[in-house]
Amino acid sequence: MSNSILSPGILSSRLKEEEYEKNFSDAYPGYSNYEAQVEADRCYFCYDAPCITACPTEINIPLFIRQISTGMENEAAKTIFNQNILGGMCARVCPTETLCEEACVREASEGKPVKIGRLQRFATDSLMEKDTHPFTRSETLNMKVVVVGSGPAGLSCAHRLALHGYDVDVMESSEKAGGLNEFGIATYKSVDDFAAREVEWLVKIGGITLKVGKQLGVDFSIDELLSSYDAVFIGCGLSDTNKLNFESELSKSTEDAVDFISDLRQVDDFSSMPIGRNIIVIGGGMTAIDAAVQSRLLGAETVTIVYRRGLDAMGASSKERDNATSKGVKIICNAMPIDLQSKEGLSELTLAYSETDPKNGKLRKLDQTFTLQADQIFCAIGQKLSAMETTFKANRGKIEVDDKGRTSIKGIWAGGDCVDLGEDLTVSAVAQGRDAAENIHETLMSKKGDPK
Amino acid sequence: MSLHSEFLGIKSPNPFWLASAPPTDKDYNVRRAFDAGWGGVVWKTLGLDPNIVNVNGPRYGAVWGPDRRLLGMNNIELITDRPLQTNLDEIKLIKKDYPDRAVVVSLMVPCEEDCWKSILPKVDETEADGLELNFGCPHGMSERGMGSAVGQVPDYIEMVTRWVKANTRMPVIVKLTPNITDIRYPARAAFKGGGDAVSLINTVASIVSVNLDTFSPEPSIDGKGSHGGYCGPAVKPIALNLVSQIARDTETKGKKISGIGGVTNWRDAAEFLALGASNVQVCTAVMTYGFGIIDELTSGLSSWMKEKEINSIDEIIGRAIPNVTDWQYLNLNHVTKAEINQDLCIKCGRCYAVCEDTSHQAITNTIAGKRGFEVIDEECVACNMCINVCPVEECITMRPLEPGEIDARTGKIVQKEYANWTTHPNNPSAVKVAE
Repeated sequence: MSNSILSPGILSSRLKEEEYEKNFSDAYPGYSNYEAQVEADRCYFCYDAPCITACPTEINIPLFIRQISTGMENEAAKTIFNQNILGGMCARVCPTETLCEEACVREASEGKPVKIGRLQRFATDSLMEKDTHPFTRSETLNMKVVVVGSGPAGLSCAHRLALHGYDVDVMESSEKAGGLNEFGIATYKSVDDFAAREVEWLVKIGGITLKVGKQLGVDFSIDELLSSYDAVFIGCGLSDTNKLNFESELSKSTEDAVDFISDLRQVDDFSSMPIGRNIIVIGGGMTAIDAAVQSRLLGAETVTIVYRRGLDAMGASSKERDNATSKGVKIICNAMPIDLQSKEGLSELTLAYSETDPKNGKLRKLDQTFTLQADQIFCAIGQKLSAMETTFKANRGKIEVDDKGRTSIKGIWAGGDCVDLGEDLTVSAVAQGRDAAENIHETLMSKKGDPK
Repeated sequence: MSLHSEFLGIKSPNPFWLASAPPTDKDYNVRRAFDAGWGGVVWKTLGLDPNIVNVNGPRYGAVWGPDRRLLGMNNIELITDRPLQTNLDEIKLIKKDYPDRAVVVSLMVPCEEDCWKSILPKVDETEADGLELNFGCPHGMSERGMGSAVGQVPDYIEMVTRWVKANTRMPVIVKLTPNITDIRYPARAAFKGGGDAVSLINTVASIVSVNLDTFSPEPSIDGKGSHGGYCGPAVKPIALNLVSQIARDTETKGKKISGIGGVTNWRDAAEFLALGASNVQVCTAVMTYGFGIIDELTSGLSSWMKEKEINSIDEIIGRAIPNVTDWQYLNLNHVTKAEINQDLCIKCGRCYAVCEDTSHQAITNTIAGKRGFEVIDEECVACNMCINVCPVEECITMRPLEPGEIDARTGKIVQKEYANWTTHPNNPSAVKVAE
């Protein structure tokens, strides 16, 4: 007999098949041609458009929208891919409400920006459906570059290098390429195996060899890479997570939200995915939101996000927060976990109210406390760089790079979540990978021209 | 306050008539139009039997704006394709059932006096209120020497109008084609021939689009296209100008004009009236939205009239004509400068793009180092392009400089006196101002 949302414990099959299907279908389905035309007509084709400035990859947004409006969505897609080869995924996961759409002048004039993200998806989907690759690789340079990590930064870097004629090996520690696009994004944002299809499409440029199951420090070392390749790009992301650090031994019994999201992405049958009746998610970023929303979608009865700072400080955008609350997730701000006990099979999380000092941003614990019960507690309090045998100069626990993506070690570039630049966004990672590739190209070409 | 209209003695409860076109093709349509509140109809053009035939493929092409809003339309439809007697019977019945509405019959027969003599008594029979001579259609019928083929030759207009006047009891309106160099000549000819009024414009000869797969003009009939007649909001500016020219012409001043061409809402209608039309005829707007727009037209016009304390349609007719002048009489001492309201500006930069790339480089794109747009008075010639492209109404306005102020562009003091090109020193044929 199947379970229901009221069944106690951590159980699978809480919902009916059609409920799972509905819950994990495309959250924002693509525009029809008509919808795209109507929306494209709203763009003013601004001078020095603020949306371009707001996009980390600086896509020429007014141009691609104008191309859509004249029935040239494939040309529009080329305009996008020229700047951002993962424009398809970015159209799905970018927090456009804090990037291009926030900057849109229609946001200023009427509070309704042009739906740039959805138009981008319309254009990129239409080109990718054709199953052809829009770019042609330059003649091979007979030079080899290795990219560590096949997430957005690595793929973007690899593609740009391949375009310039390099032979690129991409080392991926897991058995599937894509990085956070494949493992870290809420399922309903990337349906129909989009991340995997995107990788498949991207490597059609040629010259890219994906090597899965190859882990840095286990299967190869940085030194080996430096000796066998002309350049190295590190885009390994943040594969370790922060843990709760209060005294109770039970704090170890919490689960990583990252693992939960990743498991859910790889599952074929949602009903096989167990979920607790009552869920607590600790954290305030996108990971917390994704874990919380998907817990509800799997049939958890109550899901509560607890975050130690105020709503404004949350990493998740207001659109994402609104989505979570509309799905029945409760968000409690200004509360920090201080103890975890077990009582009759349920975890009891004790939290203290907290406040942020407006002057210095420091968090202060207040005396008053409260307790929440849960079957499962997911931790989403940040990710960090795994220990590496090679010591890069670091900054706030991340690899330090200059504005060209160069690390402290000659011949090694880096980008994406593992570096100390910008925001941890897919689109930022794409920009960093692309720009590092351009700098690698520039560096290697000037070296090639140097007299030995 | 009343919308009541009287045109050549033809009375209608409002000045909104349906133009001779598909909406007025038959009893069923006209009945529904009158029930909806339309003041009058000009029946779809009648011809001699055997009735003409239409193409059996598409008859209309279109030009769309955002959200597929119909900005312009063209057609290759001909005059009525029903037997003459069917139309005449229906007209008679309609006039009997709707005695308070205007029913005018549009006619187009070959340029032979006998043809006109044969059809006019039959039309008289219907007890309709008036006639409109279709000298305007630029497509199809014009190939057979009718429609605009007549309207483009003032002598023919005069001749046919005279034949008609001699053979009918009804007032005669002559419908003019815009496909001519100077509209005043056909208008004068119509009145010289005894015509009581003119109506304009008929459609503009046009090809609205070419199919880039088949390379056929559209609408396409089996891979071929023929030019059609263009109408709708896009032609309104052409129509307003032509109406005003007839209203201003010394030879036709004060004659009755029925205004046609892209009337879509009450404002359009008021503009036609102000430029000298005594009523308006509507077609494309009902072909786009249906008869229901009459409620917007009547309520909009009456509400505006109330606000302006205008009591009758007559008070509007020609009211803008004294202000229509020739370029040479425009006041060159009237100096304005564009001003951008920074509170309303949404910083799209369209004004900057147009001014910088195509006009006078009179707008900055930074204010104190930040993205922002401001007019440089020293460069601004007040061309108005910034206002034309600004998406925010009233964000950019033109401020007239007061006499005594210095025009930053020319360094000259703005003069209070009116001065035009005819007396300007740069004009080689300037009239010397008397000492």
